[in-house]
Amino acid sequence: MARSFVLPDLGEGLTEAEIRQVLVREGDVVREDAPLLEVETDKATVEIPSPMAGRIEKIHVQPGQTVKVGQVLVEFGDAGDGKSTGGKQAADTLDPTRKLAPEPTTVVAEGRARQVPTTAAPVARGGPAPAARSGPVPATPSTRRLARELGVDLTAVPGSGPGGRVTDDDVRAAAGGGATRGAPATAQPAPAGRVAARPSAPEPPAVAKPLARVGVEPPALPKFEQWGPIERQPLSHLRRTIAERMTLSATLVPHVTHFDRADITDLDALIRRNLEAAKGRGVTLTLTAFLLKAAALALLEHPTFNASLDPAAGELILKRYVHLGVAVAMERGLIVPVMRDVDKKPIIEIARELGALAPRVREGKATLDDLRGGTFTVTNIGALGGTGAIPIINYPEVAILGVARGREEAVVRGGQIVPRLLLPLSLTFDHRVADGADGARFATAIVQRLEQPDSLLLGL
Amino acid sequence: MVMGDLVREVDVAVVGGGPGGYSAAFRCAELGLETVVVDLDKRLGGACLFEGCIPSKALLHVAAVLSEAERAKEFGVDFGEPRISLDPLRKWKSERVIGKLARGLAGVAKGKNVEVIGGRATFEDARSVRITGDEPQKIRFKHVILATGSAPASLPGIDLKTERLMDSTAALDVPEIPGRLLVIGGGYIGLELGQVYAALGSAVTVVEMLDSLLAGADADLVQHLARRCQRMFKAIRLSTRVSALRDTGGGIEARFGEGEAETFDRVLVAVGRTPRTQGLGLEATRARVTERGFIQVDERGRTSDPHVWAVGDVTGEPMLAHRAMRQGKVVAEAIAGRPAAFDNVVVPAVVFTDPEVAWCGLTESQAAREGRAVKIARFQWAASGRAATLGRSDGLTKLVVDPDTGRVLGVGIVGPGAGELIAEGALAVETALLADDVALTIHTHPTLSETLMEAAETLLR
Repeated sequence: MARSFVLPDLGEGLTEAEIRQVLVREGDVVREDAPLLEVETDKATVEIPSPMAGRIEKIHVQPGQTVKVGQVLVEFGDAGDGKSTGGKQAADTLDPTRKLAPEPTTVVAEGRARQVPTTAAPVARGGPAPAARSGPVPATPSTRRLARELGVDLTAVPGSGPGGRVTDDDVRAAAGGGATRGAPATAQPAPAGRVAARPSAPEPPAVAKPLARVGVEPPALPKFEQWGPIERQPLSHLRRTIAERMTLSATLVPHVTHFDRADITDLDALIRRNLEAAKGRGVTLTLTAFLLKAAALALLEHPTFNASLDPAAGELILKRYVHLGVAVAMERGLIVPVMRDVDKKPIIEIARELGALAPRVREGKATLDDLRGGTFTVTNIGALGGTGAIPIINYPEVAILGVARGREEAVVRGGQIVPRLLLPLSLTFDHRVADGADGARFATAIVQRLEQPDSLLLGL
Repeated sequence: MVMGDLVREVDVAVVGGGPGGYSAAFRCAELGLETVVVDLDKRLGGACLFEGCIPSKALLHVAAVLSEAERAKEFGVDFGEPRISLDPLRKWKSERVIGKLARGLAGVAKGKNVEVIGGRATFEDARSVRITGDEPQKIRFKHVILATGSAPASLPGIDLKTERLMDSTAALDVPEIPGRLLVIGGGYIGLELGQVYAALGSAVTVVEMLDSLLAGADADLVQHLARRCQRMFKAIRLSTRVSALRDTGGGIEARFGEGEAETFDRVLVAVGRTPRTQGLGLEATRARVTERGFIQVDERGRTSDPHVWAVGDVTGEPMLAHRAMRQGKVVAEAIAGRPAAFDNVVVPAVVFTDPEVAWCGLTESQAAREGRAVKIARFQWAASGRAATLGRSDGLTKLVVDPDTGRVLGVGIVGPGAGELIAEGALAVETALLADDVALTIHTHPTLSETLMEAAETLLR
């Protein structure tokens, strides 16, 4: 009896991997733990060992293909010596929940398998597993093509269409797009206790209605070969994820950017005064820690920017927690780890966590929890120079704060020209959720706190 | 390598110029890949165009005209006895039908800059083939697509060298109209050609090993065809083996099982087709061949050798041109780096007999075999207005429907024009339509296509 071997749980919340090499051929007889495939996650290449001794009946994957946990990799036939080592795997399908490497001898257990650190949480793809289907997945051929293009395993996508048909929307939702309507089961009925963004402006009660959807197909490219030699390079998994998510955000969200500058002369002095003391406690005091605190406190005051828009329900989801994403640039791409409850933490604690988080991410040791659940993102490009930048919103958040390098500039104070340290800020936000005036007020709330560091220390 | 050898370097070499091969080659060319086709006869079209689909349909059209003219007597129209001249018939078939289509394909190839090289290709290694024949050369490729197709299977254990013993290729040339024709094999090839010869005037006997004609199709569909065949043919022998064939000089004597023998003027062997993989030198690659001789491919059409791909009959059943053409396009796109896959749910099957039989997706008998619960929606053509005006009420349209979701899982049709009607069924199954969708779509009246709607209406909530 043929047995399917599926991509096992690689640990640490990994949901997919790219096949680098297939190390066996159909017909090969392998021993247990012999390397079958080499897969690449974002930062690690991992050998997948055979879960049993047997003959490889069929190989379902090829190099370059992205596979998801639970997807069939190879099928084992009845090997001549088909004793599957003491009935360890008695079921017809080898247990996909079996962790690959509980023993410290295998590669994965050495900790080389890593999280999928994307700019947003790659979790909960496709939602709950659909009820077992018999036969092919009901979907139109064009939907199936879309699934292949997005690397979605259709068999794991619940269908919201008539008769359980999997629609384009279902596939996009499973791909983590989230831009489109969810399945009817997840659409929420209009709740009674809606929190008004601006209670001062009484409006007639809103009626929840889905917004129109957005979808743009990129047109075909010209044949560049006609003008000279070209080379094609496949995108890395991380690059592709970033590309998809940025396209989604830039396509879906009407971005507005508000610019301001904060006078951080006093804050800078405060940091310098306490640098040594903090170092004595093993903490590097940085401007970023203060930026995060300032943003968190301002978000408490302006909850609209600590929210997500639910286009399907026509509602704004206000989050009663402040988890901030901090963009970390790596050679292979951008990663945004998330720091929890920044509003509640003292600055020294924020600085301590920051000091630990960034290197952990750069080394690829971030856990899935480090990467998801953010409500707002801060990206500090100051270290790399420049006078300002307009970042793309980390969808489905509502806003992102860009910070450039602080510079000493000549400022007029009480008729005198004095040197002050000015920090350029840009607040980019979702115009569906907030207007220019809202953005200005929120940006001012951040700037004021940076200019009066006392308020930060007091948590005001 | 021999001195002075011509070495050609291409992106893609396609071996075999049939529907799978030329579809793959055309798509490769469209996607910017330099592509050549190597074909034994230096032409595009393959078995489909030269010795299969097209010539058999041309002859079946002749048969249909003959039987319609015969039937016209019922309406009071008598054309008299038909006089059949084989030379003009063959000329029409080969020049006006095949020749025209072949010139069309050659023109498309030229337009797409796909060169057709005549000769036999043999692998030297996994990245090159040697071409022997009129245009000897060596071709180095980045990818090769094997589309070598299939050939009529011969009758195991029977070795008879006489032109009275024909395979389907020979029969399609219509060398003569034999007085007595034995057709070995009651599958679609045997029945189609049996009806052609019966319409031309031969006394046709069909012998089938299994206990029904057209094994694999649902019995209620086959029943209508079987009834017609019984009228057209001299005899139909089911559950019968031909145990011996003997050349008697004036004919071929066939012995049925342990029983009696009968003499025929010609014998047509139509016992299936076998894949053509012999002589390719596949051992030089990592591609694998099954025991039945099929090249193993994954859902993209790739063999276990990353540079070797295969499409069409050579990759397995069902050996149908339309399957090969879709496979060809998939492989071309996969080679060009697109995320293509042969993920089709249905490969519709059509038997172009009179009446035609066509089906797609799940059949009723398959559902029964698998113990799968299905709802069946049947519509007998006796109740169809269009069928009545055609004087052909011998038809049936049925849907195989999933009882839980109402999805159309399969469609089966028997009756004149079933081959055209099945397209709607294929669309319904491939796109996972509900039977209600079919029932609620307006179908033109009065047409046979209404029978699909009428069948679906029987399940309408």
